[in-house]
Amino acid sequence: MTRDAIKDLILEIIEDIDEDADFETLQADKPLRDQLDLDSMDFLDIVMELRKRHKLQIPEEDYPQLATLDSCVNYLEPLLVDA
Amino acid sequence: MPVSFSKAADKYDVVVIGSGLGGLTSANRLVYCGYSVLLLEYHSQLGGLATWFKRKGHIFDVSLHGFPYGMVKTCRKYWNKEIMNSIVQLKDIIFDNPQFHLKTTFDRVDFTSKLNKQFKVPQSTIDAFFTRVAGMNFYDDQSMTTRELFEEFFPGRSDVHRLLMEPISYANGSTLDDPAITYGIVFSNFMNKGVFTFEGGTDKLIGMMTTELENNGVTICTKAKVDRIVVDKGVVRGIECQGRMIEAGAVVSNSGITNTIYNLTDKDAFSLEFMEKADKIRVNNSSCQVYMGVKKGDKIDDIGDLLFTSTAEEFDSSELRDFKTESKTFSVYYPKTRPDHDRYTIVASMNANYADWDNFTDEEYENEKEALIQRTLIDLNRYFPNAKDRLDWIEAATPRTFNRYTLHTQGTSFGTKFEGLDVSRSIFKEVNGLFHVGSVGIIMSGWLGAINYGVIVSNDVDAYMRSKD
Repeated sequence: MTRDAIKDLILEIIEDIDEDADFETLQADKPLRDQLDLDSMDFLDIVMELRKRHKLQIPEEDYPQLATLDSCVNYLEPLLVDA
Repeated sequence: MPVSFSKAADKYDVVVIGSGLGGLTSANRLVYCGYSVLLLEYHSQLGGLATWFKRKGHIFDVSLHGFPYGMVKTCRKYWNKEIMNSIVQLKDIIFDNPQFHLKTTFDRVDFTSKLNKQFKVPQSTIDAFFTRVAGMNFYDDQSMTTRELFEEFFPGRSDVHRLLMEPISYANGSTLDDPAITYGIVFSNFMNKGVFTFEGGTDKLIGMMTTELENNGVTICTKAKVDRIVVDKGVVRGIECQGRMIEAGAVVSNSGITNTIYNLTDKDAFSLEFMEKADKIRVNNSSCQVYMGVKKGDKIDDIGDLLFTSTAEEFDSSELRDFKTESKTFSVYYPKTRPDHDRYTIVASMNANYADWDNFTDEEYENEKEALIQRTLIDLNRYFPNAKDRLDWIEAATPRTFNRYTLHTQGTSFGTKFEGLDVSRSIFKEVNGLFHVGSVGIIMSGWLGAINYGVIVSNDVDAYMRSKD
């Protein structure tokens, strides 16, 4: 999966979680949590969706890697190389 | 509608034991993840402590007293929009005690204003306090107690301590001596936007959840008390119920954590080290309640939705649990609670210790229940004059009642103290495939805490099931 496709995947999952999420002004290197009003339960939803859609197992200690859109892509790129 | 246990198949991906809000939510999440799910409930009604009962045309809600706004998002994400759309605000929260009287919407804006104008606390102190509690996480250091937190920001201000603590003690059974994070997390949740309730009552909510589960394909059986969780060589194999073995890849117990370990699972399934931790779990206190129904044709004037009342001079966590406590909440249910049911009811709630009620003879027990009712009526008269003559139903529940209907150890109505959380979350590392969901650690309690914890545990279950493939 390309970096752009991974980015779209994350945004698509977030859109399911929060219909009102505004991606227009989203800065990829800033924490998603601060910009989109996401809480720890929302990040758990992202983890569950990634497991459901791509059989990815993300251990709890790696959750901080999902903090920003950029860090998500960096973390997921090697894991989704064949997806 | 739930089916008879005889209709259950011999094998499921996941069996959920118990249908509290945590069990119901786990079942719904796991069926969403694609597993076959069997939900077993010992009682004839689903919901666990999220329950209700009918008497003489009244419907009494046992634990629908108000939850934080976070419930809106949680219900939309993990249940459905119809459930979410029934959530409405309770705007009039009343405090009435010898130290102060006030009416509030119980949110940060109004609390800030009250603390500043009525209690004369400097704005900078209030802001600093809110910032501190809002930043608390359950994995933070837990050495500071709530008492120490209050003393740091509001030294010697027992009135402020009361305002901040009393509602949370009723919400989750925590005391001034519990870790400050258990206070801060729950308090911040409420302060977000205030207190909310479910229009239509507990019966409507559980009915909607049951329909959703059935539509999603969960098999639900009531009057099905699980006798044993079957473990072989450190791995869960299923459960035994009514002499039948049901095979399962994972078992989620929504029975109490202490019930799960001591009553449902063979003790030799756990390591000595784990049992040592389990032995240290303290269950939280239980409750007493008095349920009162107003005669048809009579009404309750607008006296508030939730009243925190006390005649005790100062707030004291142990006074709140005393056998003859002078502190109680009144939850007032107007016809707006159930728009198609034109009746008024009041539920008085008190914190209570199981041990205080455990050793009475039948006669003493009945007499003490009657005395509890009389004490409650005297207090209620201050808000609803001549209460006794205007009611056509009144009955009391005690820690023994809570124990009978939920089977919880010592009738606990708020799960366990903080140490229960770690044991609950790590049980599947001891016995592969065995999970626990339910009120633990003070923070994972209440309606919102129970539902969210159901989601957190479902994530663990899903990760485990997929790791087996």
